[in-house]
Amino acid sequence: MTAPAPSSALAPAAALEAVPPRRSPTARFLRRAGRNPSFMIGATVLAIIVAMALFAPLITAYDPYDQDIARRLIPPVWHAKGSWEHWLGTDKLGRDYFARLVYGARISLLIGIATVVVSGLIGTALGVAGGYFGGRVDMAIGYVVNVRLALPVVLIALAAAALVGSSLETVILVLGLLLWDRFAVVARSATMQVAHADYIAAARAIGCSTRRIVLSEVMPNILNPLIVVATLEMAHAILLEAALSFLGLGVQPPLPSWGLMIAEGKQFMFFSAWVIAIPGVALASLVLAINLLGDGLRDVTAPENRS
Amino acid sequence: MTVPVLELKDVTKTYRVGQGFMKPKATLTAVGGVSLTVARGEVHALVGESGSGKSTLAKLLLGLIAPTSGEIRIDGVPIGQTDRREVARRIQPVFQDPYSSLNPRKSVADLVALPLVAHGIGSSAERQAKVAEMLDAVGLPRRVIDAYPNQLSGGQRQRVAIARALVMRPDVLICDEPTSALDVSVQAQILNLLMDLKREFRLTYFFISHNLAVVEHLADRVAVMYLGRIVEERGREGLFGAPAHPYSRALLDSVLTPDPDLGMPEAGISGAFPNPIAPPSGCTFHPRCPQATERCSREAPASVAFADGFATCHNAGPALALAG
Repeated sequence: MTAPAPSSALAPAAALEAVPPRRSPTARFLRRAGRNPSFMIGATVLAIIVAMALFAPLITAYDPYDQDIARRLIPPVWHAKGSWEHWLGTDKLGRDYFARLVYGARISLLIGIATVVVSGLIGTALGVAGGYFGGRVDMAIGYVVNVRLALPVVLIALAAAALVGSSLETVILVLGLLLWDRFAVVARSATMQVAHADYIAAARAIGCSTRRIVLSEVMPNILNPLIVVATLEMAHAILLEAALSFLGLGVQPPLPSWGLMIAEGKQFMFFSAWVIAIPGVALASLVLAINLLGDGLRDVTAPENRS
Repeated sequence: MTVPVLELKDVTKTYRVGQGFMKPKATLTAVGGVSLTVARGEVHALVGESGSGKSTLAKLLLGLIAPTSGEIRIDGVPIGQTDRREVARRIQPVFQDPYSSLNPRKSVADLVALPLVAHGIGSSAERQAKVAEMLDAVGLPRRVIDAYPNQLSGGQRQRVAIARALVMRPDVLICDEPTSALDVSVQAQILNLLMDLKREFRLTYFFISHNLAVVEHLADRVAVMYLGRIVEERGREGLFGAPAHPYSRALLDSVLTPDPDLGMPEAGISGAFPNPIAPPSGCTFHPRCPQATERCSREAPASVAFADGFATCHNAGPALALAG
């Protein structure tokens, strides 16, 4: 401690220690993700379904709305009476089932993504505000979260459908305005952890505005858990849409929603089980893929000490 | 006389703390009536036990929390009347733990440039040039510019934190135990760096520490804090040569010596740190003071002036003052 200061501050030897190869957090994330099987399987299946939805007109030549009463309920190709002309068969109005499945993926993904965007914005804003400001703000937001948790989603959707009529927009709006609770709870606790870190105090001492602190100091550090919540909520929203459409409160015919396809097929399920099985399998694989992706993300973004 | 760069007048910070359901809230005095002046270009050290209010005082100086009463002036201008951003231009912090004071999601370039970005200074090319200049000044190789904090050692991180504090060319650095989270081998390097930078950038340091060896090495003036109050404030020679307050003496006596044959030092004070919600009567140090008299438990002592400062003790009489 009593040694005199070195002659220059410009070149202390110890600061020239080796620096490991530079990898941004994003690059390290991609490396870890590549080694996580559940992430890779989920991402692959989801990518296939997204590609199907995006390139639907290129994948099938049929129009999902074209009816052909003469060719009703043709079974898929693996049945004795099936043919490659309609390889997944046709429904009760003679519409090509594969075309309806492919275009239905658009509806499911649209609802999943739009709901997560709306509910993610609401929930994150509330949660970050509560966690960052604390005190009365936090109490007020906690109260709002409790009120939301007391509302049953399906009941609200039913009431909304009765009030304004059921449509794609109503479903997105109702789900988006209701499914933000997990975002809020997770964002709040993650923000509370981050808000006590010294780098937030440093940012304030530097003179950063509250807006900058929240957006550029807090948000990047709470993003990982929120992405995981987003995948879970997306699966949740897709299932809820299917359930609502099945009950006749969601997407209305003739739109090709997977839930609606199951509902329309239920009267034929004893003799033409594939009418229900095909959209059911599609729905299950989509939700499974999203959940696998979410689980994978959680493991990949976890601190090094976890598995 | 020139205006001191930092001036605290009777600064008090109290917190209302709940003691449980249906119990009245109590008042915790974290900092009580602290008056200090820090002259330009000096190293003013603040020492004291954990819980004595050192870090609260640092937050007050940084404008992170507002004092309950009293006034903090920077160059004679009260901090309450100054814009928070203006305060930030003049006073910058170096925190204790460089593992938590750097945002793990940002590269070194972004971390060091943050004050410039927040204050809207310069174009992006100018900022880059300034960042490179600062990395040179704190002795970091330029190739760490794209690195992330988790790829750096503790010493390197603290150098990044110092570069960030200096990029706005502040007048004062508040160093809150800047070396206590670092390896012993790196501590001396960082301290020497701080002293070199002080000359180069003509800085004033407010240096919070509980390492008295560091304080003796660096400080021009030393304030000793106990239970939210300054009990002695002296020049370095005065305090280390002839401490007037029994608490300062006890602190100095408790420093470990490198010679193991000398055994554990005799602390000279007994008992635990008192509860700051219900501080002892009279002189708050009297339950632990080896020289306490009956008067100490009744009356709070007044400050006794010395040639180079003051001490707040009934027994730091003129006789001691002459000796000091």
